[in-house]
Parts: sequence; C-alpha cells; structure tokens
Amino acid sequence: MSLTVGILSIQGDVQENHLSAKAAIDELGIDVQVVDVRTPEEISKLDGLIIPGGESTTIGQLSLVNGSLKVLKEKIQNGMPVLGICAGMIMLSNTANDRVIGKTEQPLLNILDIKLERNSFGRQKESFESDVSLDSINIPKFNGVFIRAPSVSDVGSDVEILSKFNDRIVAVKKGNVIGTAFHPELTEDTSLHKYFINLVNTSKN
Amino acid sequence: MLPLHGERQDAKGIISDKINSIETLRGSSTVKRGFAHMLKNGVVMDVTTVEQAQIAEEAGAVSVMVLDKLPSEVRKAGGVARTASIRIIEEIMDSVTIPVMAKCRIGHVNEALVLQETDVDMIDESEVLTPADELRHIWKWDFTTPVVNGARSLAEALRRIEEGASMIRTKGEPGTGNVAEAIKHIKKVNDELRTIKSIFDSGDNQDLVRMAREFKVSYDIVEQTAKLGRLPVVNFAAGGIATPADAAYLMSLGCDGIFVGSGIFNSDDAKERARAIVLATTFWNESDKVKEAQKMIDERQSMIGLDVNTLELRMQDRGGSA
Repeated sequence: MSLTVGILSIQGDVQENHLSAKAAIDELGIDVQVVDVRTPEEISKLDGLIIPGGESTTIGQLSLVNGSLKVLKEKIQNGMPVLGICAGMIMLSNTANDRVIGKTEQPLLNILDIKLERNSFGRQKESFESDVSLDSINIPKFNGVFIRAPSVSDVGSDVEILSKFNDRIVAVKKGNVIGTAFHPELTEDTSLHKYFINLVNTSKN
Repeated sequence: MLPLHGERQDAKGIISDKINSIETLRGSSTVKRGFAHMLKNGVVMDVTTVEQAQIAEEAGAVSVMVLDKLPSEVRKAGGVARTASIRIIEEIMDSVTIPVMAKCRIGHVNEALVLQETDVDMIDESEVLTPADELRHIWKWDFTTPVVNGARSLAEALRRIEEGASMIRTKGEPGTGNVAEAIKHIKKVNDELRTIKSIFDSGDNQDLVRMAREFKVSYDIVEQTAKLGRLPVVNFAAGGIATPADAAYLMSLGCDGIFVGSGIFNSDDAKERARAIVLATTFWNESDKVKEAQKMIDERQSMIGLDVNTLELRMQDRGGSA
C-alpha cells in the first residue's frame, strides 16, 4: 500500500513544502502520495506529516479550533514521523519564549523537550542565508534560509542535536520527530525532504 | 515553485556579513520574498494602537500594519497622511510576537529608510498615505527590509516587482468597506495573467514583446511571469474588506492572503470580527466554516460602506501611472 505524507495546511508555506516533498519523492523513486491536510480525519490517515513555516501563533490557535491539535499529538506520540520547520518546530516544542516579549501563551504540541527562543536572530532585517551542516544524517552542506528564525538553546537528554549555527542549535531530532529553524522548502536542495521521506518509508516497513 | 532568487545580485540591500567567520547573506530575494511566503493563507490587520495590535495577535493575525490613522479616518481627516509615529511603532513591536509592518508614502525614500532603521519587518509603500513622488516609486532593491506594493493590474504589479517589491497586494479602494474594487483588481490581474500565459504557450515571442511594451516592463519579467502563469511573488488582497465572506471570496479568486484595513477596527465588534475574518481566510473553501465565521459578526456593527463612484478621493489612482 502506498504511503501518504501530509502537509499541515492551516497557514504558512504549504505549497512550497508540497512541491519540495514531491520533488524528493520523484528523486527517490518511491510510491508516496503528498496531500494537504487540515481536519482531524485527514490527519488520522497519514503516515508522515510536515508542519510548514508560517506564524506559530496562528497555526497553533487555528489547529486548536478545529480539533486537529489533539489528533496531531496522538499520532506523533504513536510514532508518526513529523518534520517541523521554523513555526513547525515551535509547534513541536514544550515552551516558547520570545526574545523580546518572554514566555508566550500560544498552544503547542509539547513533543520535544527543548528550550526554544522565538525570533532568536532578530527581526526580518536580520534574517539571513548561510551554509549549515547536518553531518549525523549525512547532509554535510545545506543552504539554511533563516527567516525571523527561532533557535534552541538547550535540549533534553533524549533530543539529538542535528545542526548548530555558531553556538545556537538550529536542527534537532528525537526518534521520528525532526525540527529545523531554517527553511529547506525555500531552496532547490531536496536532501532534507528526502531524508524525511525515507524516515517515513522505513518507519512503516 | 516561485522563483525566490533575485534578478539583481548588485542590489544595495543585499548585505554579506560574517558571524564568527561564517558567511551570511541578508536582504537577498530568497530572504525577503521568503518572508512574504510565511504570511501565506493569513490575515494582516491595520492597527493604530498597542491594544489593537494585541487584539489582532490574539485573533490569529499573521502580522499587523501600523498606521497613524485607519484608511477610513485618513479619508475623513483629509490633509497630508504620513508614516505613523515611530514611538508607537516601537511600542507595538515590543508588545506582540508576530511581525510588524508600517506604511510609508509612495516615493518617499527617507520615510522608508526610517522604517528600515526602526526594524519593522516589512514596509508598505502605500497609496493610503499622500504620495511624495507621483512619478517615481522607491527603488526597493536598495532595501534590506522587504517592501510590499499595491497594484490594480498586471502592468502595475510587474513594474513594482521590477523595482524590487518582495510582495504585491491589490489596491482595492481603501477605507471604504467596499470590496468591489479589490475584486475588480484581482480579476483584472488574473485575466491578464491568462492572456500572457496563452501567448507564451503559443510560442509567439513577438506578442510577448508587445505586452512588455504595453506594460512598460522588461521582456524578461513578462516571459518569466507568463511561464509561471501567476505573479512571481506572493500576492494578497487588500482594500475594502469588511466581512468574513469578503475574505473568503478573495481567497477563492486565488489570493495568497488578506490585508484588512478599516474593516476590523472601524466596526463595533472588532474582537469577534478579527477572529471571524481569520477563520474565514483559513477555511475559505469550507462553506460551513465561513458561515460560522460570518455568524460571529453582526451586520449592524459593520462599518458603513462608501459607494466608490461618488468618492472625492480615489486612493487607488495614486502612483498608478508610474
């Protein structure tokens, strides 16, 4: 049976992730469908999920409204692989602090035990591109696009650090859960999406 | 995917830096246009105070736009409308976590520079304010901060993108609570996109050259846009949106998101309306949810709309010929 990877389609760059995931699947030559999902029913059928970049306060509040937050949490806790990008990584965390405002009251999934700072590098003028490396998953060089990006200052004992930018942690992994502060879907490089699709594929087989 | 790479590698707004010997690039098109991509399927709300900004954030807005007066108040007040007080912009930046935008006058380079220095996340070179230069818009490639512009047609949109706009929105007719002009503008852009796409598909390069001359833009950008079949940057709807159904309709016409100006904070049910417009924008293709959103507002609380045909001031015409 073919696998299904969903893109959480509440707010943010859903289409960009959809296209990156499709390109990754084509390159891998495996049988995986990509669908945009929003409702609890749609989410419950997935084998893997990408939470795209966007505004984490908006995505959190609206996924709470339509009941998808609860289903998401159950699915991820039961082992469904998930890739959270920027706002998506914030959604996966247990607490979010804003660099200026401090602790926020936004709805979160509470999956990753990480100390996360929102807007960590500053406002949009400080947004940047820079090469990062994710050596432990065999991606030695990746063009990291950081847009009002968060960063992780500390991780719990079960969370693996995939990448650092200077002293700041910008990609993490705990089992089947991956979070990145940068936006792989805004580059032509599909290696991170390919890694994720492979993770979905191996976790099912 | 939309092309994120800049056409102008020599742009002054692009800054190469080193952070602890690691090369970084700020203000590139990927970073500037990428910011607009993060707003997609969201609502940007006009605000004039910290309190309004917090209501907007709680309602689920993806960003707030700071003005001195809401467009409808600008219309009533007359005189010259300028950029908002920097002190208010800074107070709002310190009180919400979502991105903060502010408007500058068309062609007013130094108002835009002041906003860039203030560190707003995006600058709106806006026809709601009194234009400083009717003939020239700002050369936006010089800015590290992304800039959004209004447009009524594909020609206007492409001219602004050639000047370095990282995002486009329809002009509509601001401050009227009348969505008709925004609908007209997005439909016009869509029609013109279909036209150039069919010319491109037919392989008639000479006809694309003719379109480029008519639009007063380069052949390259017309060809690139025709090939894509949509604007090469994120495109929002703006100007006159007042109800959840207005927002859902514009989303259904292919807009990437919504700007709401006077419609929310000029109504008597701002909190509910802000939330309802966010819900209708997110769930625009689920009619039961749009109905629920529409039910959250009371038509008797809506701002009084204006007939666009009898307006003394048509903001949409500002900077339109340039």
